[in-house]
Amino acid sequence: MFTFTLPELLQQMANGLTVGCLYALVAIGYTMVYGILRLINFAHCDIFMMSMYFCFYSISVFSLPWPVALLLVVVATALLGVLIEKAAYRPLREAPRISLLISAIGVSYLLENLATVLFTGVPRSFPAVGSLQKIVNLGDVRVQQLAIYAPVIMLLLLAALLYLINKTKTGMAMRAASKDFETARLMGINVNKTISVTFLVGSALAAVGAVIWGQKYSQIQPYVGVMPGLKCFIAAVIGGIGNIKGAVVGSLMLGMLEILMVWRFSALSGFKDAFAFIILIIILIFKPTGLFGETFVDKV
Amino acid sequence: MQPVLRTEHVTMRFGGVMAVGDLNIELFPHEIVAIIGPNGAGKTTAFNLITGVYVPTEGKVFFAPGGEGGKLVDITGKKADAITRMGMARTFQNIRLFKSQTVYENILIGQHLHVKAGLFASVSGIARKEEQEMRRRADELLELLGLSRVRDELCTSLPYGLQRRLEIARALATNPTLLLLDEPAAGMNPQETVELTAFIHDVKEQFNLTVLMIEHHMDLVMDISDRIYVLDFGQTIAAGTPAEIQNNDRVIEAYLGGNTDA
Repeated sequence: MFTFTLPELLQQMANGLTVGCLYALVAIGYTMVYGILRLINFAHCDIFMMSMYFCFYSISVFSLPWPVALLLVVVATALLGVLIEKAAYRPLREAPRISLLISAIGVSYLLENLATVLFTGVPRSFPAVGSLQKIVNLGDVRVQQLAIYAPVIMLLLLAALLYLINKTKTGMAMRAASKDFETARLMGINVNKTISVTFLVGSALAAVGAVIWGQKYSQIQPYVGVMPGLKCFIAAVIGGIGNIKGAVVGSLMLGMLEILMVWRFSALSGFKDAFAFIILIIILIFKPTGLFGETFVDKV
Repeated sequence: MQPVLRTEHVTMRFGGVMAVGDLNIELFPHEIVAIIGPNGAGKTTAFNLITGVYVPTEGKVFFAPGGEGGKLVDITGKKADAITRMGMARTFQNIRLFKSQTVYENILIGQHLHVKAGLFASVSGIARKEEQEMRRRADELLELLGLSRVRDELCTSLPYGLQRRLEIARALATNPTLLLLDEPAAGMNPQETVELTAFIHDVKEQFNLTVLMIEHHMDLVMDISDRIYVLDFGQTIAAGTPAEIQNNDRVIEAYLGGNTDA
C-alpha cells in the first residue's frame, strides 16, 4: 500500500489539484451567499447545471465561437443568479431564516424539473475544448493541459474577487452588509443592490467552474449539479462557511484527499462520495466552525 | 426659521399596540433637542420611524436634505440608506459597531457614501486619489474625536465610553446635517457622562449639526438641550425648554410616578 513512485504521486496530486480548483469555483458561491444572507443556497448547484446547458446550447447547437459562447454563458448564469435572488429570496428578507431555506430548496427542484422539461433527461455530451484535453509531459508526469489551466484560472479569479471585496466600494458594502443589514443601511449602503452583486459574482464564478468541469466530466443531464454541488458545499463548510479563503482551502483539500483516497484504496473507489462526507464529519467534530470559520460571540 | 425635520401625526402600531401615537416634533437648525420618557414610551420607535427603519402606520416625516435653509421633503416610506444619503445619521442604544473590524475600518464604512467611483474606476486607478482622500478624511475624523490612539485596534476591544464615541464618529463619517443619538450616555458613569456632554456639544459646533437625542441622564439632558419633548405610552405629553419641563406637573407625574426617590 505504501509503495509508489514520486511521479505517480505527483500525477495524482495534479488530478487532485484540478478537481480542487473546480470545487473552489463553485464553493465560493456557497460561501459568499452564506456570508451575506446566512443562507445555504441549495439552488447554487442547479445554477451550475443550467450554466452547463447554456454552454452546450451555445456551442453544440448554435455553433457560436468559444469566446462569444463563454461570455454569453457567464453573463446568462450571473443574471440567472440575480433573478433567483430577486424572485425567491428578496421577498423573504424579513422572514424567518427557515423560510428562506425552504425557498432555496424549492428553487432547486424548480430548476431541475424545468431543465428536464426544456432539455429532456437524455444525457448530452458537453462540448470539449481540444487544446485543454491535450496531454503534456512535465518531466515524468503526464497531465492534461486542463490541469495547468484550471489552477491558473481559479487563482486569477480568486485574486480579482479578493480585490473586489477588500479594495472596492462594492466590496466594502458587501462586508458591512454581511455583518449587520440595518446598520449597513444606516451607513447609506443599498443592501438589496449589494446582495444582487453577491449573487452576480457567485453565479459567474460557478459558470466558469461549470465550463471547466464539463472538460473533465463531459456528460450532462438535469441532475448533473447535485453531487458537485454537495461536494462544494462540503468544501465550503470544511473551510468555514462564510470565509472565501476557507472555501478555497477546503476545496483544494477535499479534491486532493478524494483523489488520493481513490488512488491508494482503489478497492474503495465506489465510496469516493461517501468519503467526502466522512471528512466533513471528522472536521466538524474537531472544529465545528470549519478551518477558518469565525466564532461569533454575540454580546447582547 | 425653517425647520430641518418635522413629523406630522406620525403613528406606529404593532398589531394592537400603539408604540407611537400622533408624534409631532420639529427641529430647527443647530438645535439640540432631547426626547425623554420612561422605558417603553416609544422613544426608540420614534427614532426608527424618522430614520426609515420602520414605515409609520400613519403620518408623514419631512426632512431638509441640505441642512439649514434646505427645503423640507417628504421622506415617509423612503429606505434607510436613501435617508442616510440625504444627510441623516444615527447611533444605537445598544452599540452596533461592525464587530471584528478595527476602529479605522468602521470609519471607512461610514465614508462608503462619499466614494463615487464604482467598480471599474477603482480598477483603472481613477479611484486611487479618491481613496487617498477618503483615508485622509477618516484619519482627520479620528484625530478630531480623539480616537487616533486606538485607530488600528479591534472596535470590540475598546472601553465602553470609546465605543460610544466611535459610533458617533462613524455616524459623522456619513457627513450628516442631522445627528440622532439614541441614549448616548447609557451605561456610563458620572465622569464619562460629563465628558460626553462636552463632547456632544463640541461635535455639534464643529460639524455644524442639528442633534436629536434620546437620553435618561437628566443632568445631561437639562444641561445640553435647547428643547425637550416628553413621551409617555407613545403620546407626547409635554414639550418645551428644560426649565419648562422641570416644572411641568404631568412630566413629574409620568416620569417619577409621584415617587421622588427614583
